[in-house]
Amino acid sequence: MTEMQKLYLLVPLAPLFGAVIAGLFGWAIGRTLSHLVTIAGVAVSCWASWLVFQDVQAGHTFNGTVYTWITTGDIRLEVGFLIDSLTAMMMMVVTFVSLMVHIYTIGYMREDAGYQRFFSYISLFTFSMLMLVMSNNFLQLFFGWEAVGLVSYLLIGFWFTRPTATYANLKAFLVNRVGDFGFLLGIGMVLAYFGTLDYASVFAQLPSMANTHVTLIPGMDWSLISVICILLFIGAMGKSAQFPLHVWLPDSMEGPTPISALIHAATMVTAGIFMVARMSPMFEMSDAALSFVIVIGAITALFMGFLGIIQNDIKRVVAYSTLSQLGYMTVALGASAYSVAVFHLMTHAFFKALLFLAAGSVIMGMHHNQDIRLMGGLRKYMPITWITSLIGSLALIGTPFFSGFYSKDSIIEAAHAAMEHGLPGAGFAYFAVVAGVFVTAFYSFRMYFLVFHGKERFDTHAHDSHASAAHDTHSHDDHAHDDHAHDDHAHHGGVPHESPLVVTIPLILLAIPSLLIGYFAIEPMLFGDYFKGAIFVNNELHPAMEELHHEFHGAMAMAVHSLTSLPLWLAISGVALSWFFYMKRPDIPAAIKQRFIIIYNVLDNKYGFDTFNAWFFAGGARALGNFFWRFVDVKIIDGFFVNGTAHLIGWFSTITRKWQSGYIYHYAFAMIIGVFALVTWFVRVA
Amino acid sequence: MLAGYPLLSLAVWVPIIAGALVLATGSDRNANLARWMALIGALVSFAVTVPLYTGFDTMTANMQFEELLPWIPTYNINYHLGVDGISMPFILLTSFTTILVVIAGWQVIQTKVSQYMAAFLMMSGAIIGVFAALDAMLFYVFFEAMLIPLFLVIGIWGGPRRVYAAVKFFLYTLLGSLLMLVAFLYLYFQSGGSFEILDYQRLPIGMSAQILIFLAFFLSFAVKVPMWPVHTWLPDAHVEAPTGGSVVLAAITLKVGAYGFLRFNLPIAPDASHYLTGFMVTLSLIAVVYIGLVALVQADMKKLIAYSSISHMGFVTLGLFMFNSIGTEGALVQMISHGFISAAMFLSVGVMYDRVHSRQIADYGGVANKMPIFAAFLMLFSMANAGLPGTSGFIGEFMVIMSAIKVNFWFAFLASTTLIFGAAYTLWMYKRVIFGAVANHHVAEMKDVSAREFSFLAVLAVLVLSMGLYPKPYTEVMHTSVNNLLAHVAISKLP
Repeated sequence: MTEMQKLYLLVPLAPLFGAVIAGLFGWAIGRTLSHLVTIAGVAVSCWASWLVFQDVQAGHTFNGTVYTWITTGDIRLEVGFLIDSLTAMMMMVVTFVSLMVHIYTIGYMREDAGYQRFFSYISLFTFSMLMLVMSNNFLQLFFGWEAVGLVSYLLIGFWFTRPTATYANLKAFLVNRVGDFGFLLGIGMVLAYFGTLDYASVFAQLPSMANTHVTLIPGMDWSLISVICILLFIGAMGKSAQFPLHVWLPDSMEGPTPISALIHAATMVTAGIFMVARMSPMFEMSDAALSFVIVIGAITALFMGFLGIIQNDIKRVVAYSTLSQLGYMTVALGASAYSVAVFHLMTHAFFKALLFLAAGSVIMGMHHNQDIRLMGGLRKYMPITWITSLIGSLALIGTPFFSGFYSKDSIIEAAHAAMEHGLPGAGFAYFAVVAGVFVTAFYSFRMYFLVFHGKERFDTHAHDSHASAAHDTHSHDDHAHDDHAHDDHAHHGGVPHESPLVVTIPLILLAIPSLLIGYFAIEPMLFGDYFKGAIFVNNELHPAMEELHHEFHGAMAMAVHSLTSLPLWLAISGVALSWFFYMKRPDIPAAIKQRFIIIYNVLDNKYGFDTFNAWFFAGGARALGNFFWRFVDVKIIDGFFVNGTAHLIGWFSTITRKWQSGYIYHYAFAMIIGVFALVTWFVRVA
Repeated sequence: MLAGYPLLSLAVWVPIIAGALVLATGSDRNANLARWMALIGALVSFAVTVPLYTGFDTMTANMQFEELLPWIPTYNINYHLGVDGISMPFILLTSFTTILVVIAGWQVIQTKVSQYMAAFLMMSGAIIGVFAALDAMLFYVFFEAMLIPLFLVIGIWGGPRRVYAAVKFFLYTLLGSLLMLVAFLYLYFQSGGSFEILDYQRLPIGMSAQILIFLAFFLSFAVKVPMWPVHTWLPDAHVEAPTGGSVVLAAITLKVGAYGFLRFNLPIAPDASHYLTGFMVTLSLIAVVYIGLVALVQADMKKLIAYSSISHMGFVTLGLFMFNSIGTEGALVQMISHGFISAAMFLSVGVMYDRVHSRQIADYGGVANKMPIFAAFLMLFSMANAGLPGTSGFIGEFMVIMSAIKVNFWFAFLASTTLIFGAAYTLWMYKRVIFGAVANHHVAEMKDVSAREFSFLAVLAVLVLSMGLYPKPYTEVMHTSVNNLLAHVAISKLP
C-alpha cells in the first residue's frame, strides 16, 4: 500500500474511530474527551482530504479495491475507492463543514444530556458520507446512502422523548426508503445487464448498451439506459428531497440545529446531486431521463420556494430555501451542466451551513425561541451572527461577487441553453429558476429583516412562556424546554446575547468561503479542466456547458455583466419588497393574507402532501394489512380451512361415535346386516 | 487431525446425551445444577461442531465427514451422515443458538428447569441430525423427533393459549410430513430398494410423478418455512411459546423447511421444480408483500416479529426458485442472517417481557429513558430486520433482489417493497416501544440489561454487524455445493 492509499483510508476511518470511542465509551471518558476525540478525528480527516485534494490537482487519481465483500457466481462485489477531482472536492466540503459543525456543537449542545451520543452520531455521519462519496461502485454507494439515512434518522429523533421528533424521523426514513426502492431496482438493472457494479466497468460498457431496450410492460419498449437513469434518480429524489419525495426535509428540522446544517443542508441531501453527477456518462445518453430530472428540479425549485414565504419558524424558512436550492442543482443536472450543479452544491454547502448555524446561534441567543415574529433588532445584541447571516443571505440570493451568485447565475444560463436546444421541460425550468430568484430574495430577506432589524418584539422578561405564544402553524417546539433546557440562560433575564466563541468562530470560517469561493473557483471548476475525466458531457447533444464557456469572460466580467441582467433586478426587487412589507408597512402582508386566505391555506398545508400521504399511503397500508390479517388470515385460512377441517372431523366423529353404542344387540344387528350383504354379494358373483 | 473422529455423530449425540444427563438431575431442587450442566452441554455441543467449519473443504461438492453404518439392513436403511456447503452452516447455527437459549432461560424459567433445558439440548441434536442425515428414513426420524421437544416446550412453558397453539403447530407439521413419507416409499421402490437421498437425486423420474413428489415434499416443507397460506400456525406458536421456544422456532426450525426444498424438491424433481416455478414465486411474493402489510398492523410484538419472519422467509423461497447462484446463495445467506436477527429480536422482546410481563406494544413507550443500552441493541437489530446495509439483514435480501431482477423485473419490484414495509413495521414498533416519554409506572420501573442479557445481545450484535460488513466467509463455503446443485437442477431427469 502506498502512502497515498494509506491516506485515503485515513480519511473515512479517523471519524469512524472517533464515533466508536465517543459512542461506546463516552460514558466512561466524559464530555471533554469525547468531543476532543471526535473533533480530532474529523480534523485529521479534513487535513488528509486537503492532501488528497492537492494530490488530485497534481493529476493523480486512484481507482482500487479495499476488500472483497462477497463473490457469487461470476459476480464480485467489492468495497473500494475512486479518488478523482469530483471525489476530492466532495471530501473537502464534507470534512470542512463537518469540522465546523463539530466545533459549533460544543457550544450548542453544551447542556444536553446526550452530548457524547451526539458527537458520536455526527462523526459516524461523516464516516458514512465519506464512504459514499469515495466509493468506486454502486454497492458501496448504496451502503453509504443508507448509512447516512440511518444517522439522519437517529439525529432527527435525537430528542426522542418529543413525539414530533420521533414522528419526523420515522417519516424521513420511510420516505427515503421509497426513494431507495427505486435506487435499488436501478442498481439491480445495472447488475443484470452489465454484470458488474464497478463504475469504471459499467461506464466502459455504456456504448454497447446504447441501443438495448427492455420491455417492462408488454408492448412498451424502453431504452435500458433511460430506465436505469430514472430508477437511480428516484433514489436521488428521496435523498435530495425532490418533489414529491420532499416531504421529509421540513420535518427533519426537529433535529438539533447543528445537524440541520451538516446533514440536512450541506452534505447528505446533496448526495443525490453528487450521484447524478457521478453517473454523468449514463445520464448523457438519455434525453428522457434528463427531461425528467429537469422538470422535477424545476418544480422543487419554484414551489418549495413559495412555502418559504409563509414560514415563521426560523429553521423552517432555511429548510424550504434548502429544498428550493436543491431544485436548482437538479435543474443544472437536467441541463447537462453537471459541473455547475456540483459547483452550486459546494457554494451552497458553505452558505447554507452558515445560515443554519447562524439560525442556531439566534435560537441560542433567543433562549430557544424559533419564531421570527418574536424577534427583531437582534443586530445590536448579536453582531457577529448578524454580519455572518447577512453574508450568507446575500450569497443565497445571488448578489454579484458572492459565491452563490456565480453558481446560481450559471444554473440560470444553463437552463436557458437547454431550453434553446429543445430539451423537453427546459423552458419551464428556465422560467422556474428565474422566478425563483425573486422568491428566494423575498423570503430570505423577510427572515433577515424580521430577525435582525426593526422593532424588538421579544419580551425580555418572560421567556419561559414563549412556547405558548402565537404558534398557530407549528407546534413542534412545545417540548423544547424540557429536553434541551439551557437553564443558565434564565439568569440572564431574557436579554438576547451573542453566542460564545466556539459558535461564532465556525460562523466566521464559513462566511469566508461563502463570500469568496465562487469568484475564485468558477473558472477552474466550470471552464477549466478540473473535472476532466470525472464528469462527462456530450457536447454535441447537450452544448449547454459549451455555450456557457463561450459567454464567460472571467469572474469579474460576469459580475459586472449581471448588473444589466434580469435575475439581479429580480433579486433586488425581492429584497426591496420584503423590506417594504415587513419593515415599512407590516399591515400589507397581513391584508394580503386576509384577502388571499385560500392561497395562504394551500401554502400553509404545504399543498396537502402530508395530509394525502398520511391518508392514502399510511392509512391505506394499514387498512390493507388489517384486511389481510383479520379477514383472509383469521376468517378464511384459520376460520374456514384450519378450524373448519377440525370441525369437520369433529362432526364426522360425532356421527360415527353414535355407532359405538356399547350395546351388544347393536353390534349383533350390524353383524347380521354385514353377513347378509356379504352372502348376497357372493351369491351374485357366483 | 480430526479426520479420525466421527464429528457428525458427536454433533448429533453430544447434545442428546447432555440433555439426558440434565434430565437426570430431576426436580427443581437441583435447578442450578441443571442450568450449569445444560450450559456446559451446550458449549461442548457447539465446540464439537466447530471443526466442521474449520476442517471443511470448500473445493469439493461431495459430502464430507461422512459416516455410514447399517441400521435396519432388511430394508436397506442406513445410519448415513454427511454434510456439504449447504447443510454445514446450519449445523453450526443450531449448536450456537442452543447456547443462547440456555442463557436466555437461565432465570426466566423457574419450574421444571431440568426438563426445559433437556428439551432444548435434545432438540438441538435432532435438528443437527436433520441437517446431517443422508438416509431418507434417518432424515424422517430426526425430522419428526425434533417436533416433540418443541411441542412440549410450547405446551408446558407457554402462555395461556399454549395448548391450542401446540396442537395447531403439531397437526400442521404432521399433516405435511406424512405425505413426505409416502414420497419416500415411492422413491424407495422406484430406486430398487434404496433410502439414500443421493440415489434419489440421480433417479430418472417421469414428469407427472415428479410433480406429485414435488407436491408431497412441498406440503411438508412449505408448512415449516412457512409459506403463505400454510403460515397461520407460526404467529400462534410464537405468541404462546416461551422466549427460548420462539428463538429456536424462528432461528432454526424454519430453516429446516427451506433446507428441505434444497435437498429434496430441487434435485429430486428438477423438472417439476422448473414447471412449478411460477407457483412458488407467487407464494413467495405473497409472503413478502401481504405478510409485510399484516405485520404492520400487529399490536403484539411477538406476532409482529413472527409475521416479519414469514415475510423474510419469502425471500428464501423466492431466491431458491430463481435457479441462479446469486439467488440460491442469497437464500442461504438470508437463512443464516435471519437466524441471528430473529433470535435477537425474540430475545429482545423476552428481555422486556421479563420486566413488564406484556408483549403488547401499547403497554410500552419511552423504554429508552430507562434502558439506554438495551435501546441501542434493539436499534441495531431493528435496523438489521429492516435490511439496512452493513447488517446481515441486507445481504440476503439484496442478493435475492439482484437475482430476481435478472429473471423478471416485476418479481424484483414486488420483493423490493420490503424496503418500505420492512422498515415501516419494524421502526414503527421501535418508535412506539422505545421512543417517547416514559409511558407508565411499569416502564418507569424497568432496569437496564443485566450482564447475562448483555452477553447474548452483544454476541448477536457482533455477528449481525460482522456478517453484514464481511459476508465472504459465509458464502465461500457454499460456492461449490451451490454450483453443483444448480448444474444438477439444470439437467432434465425425465427418462
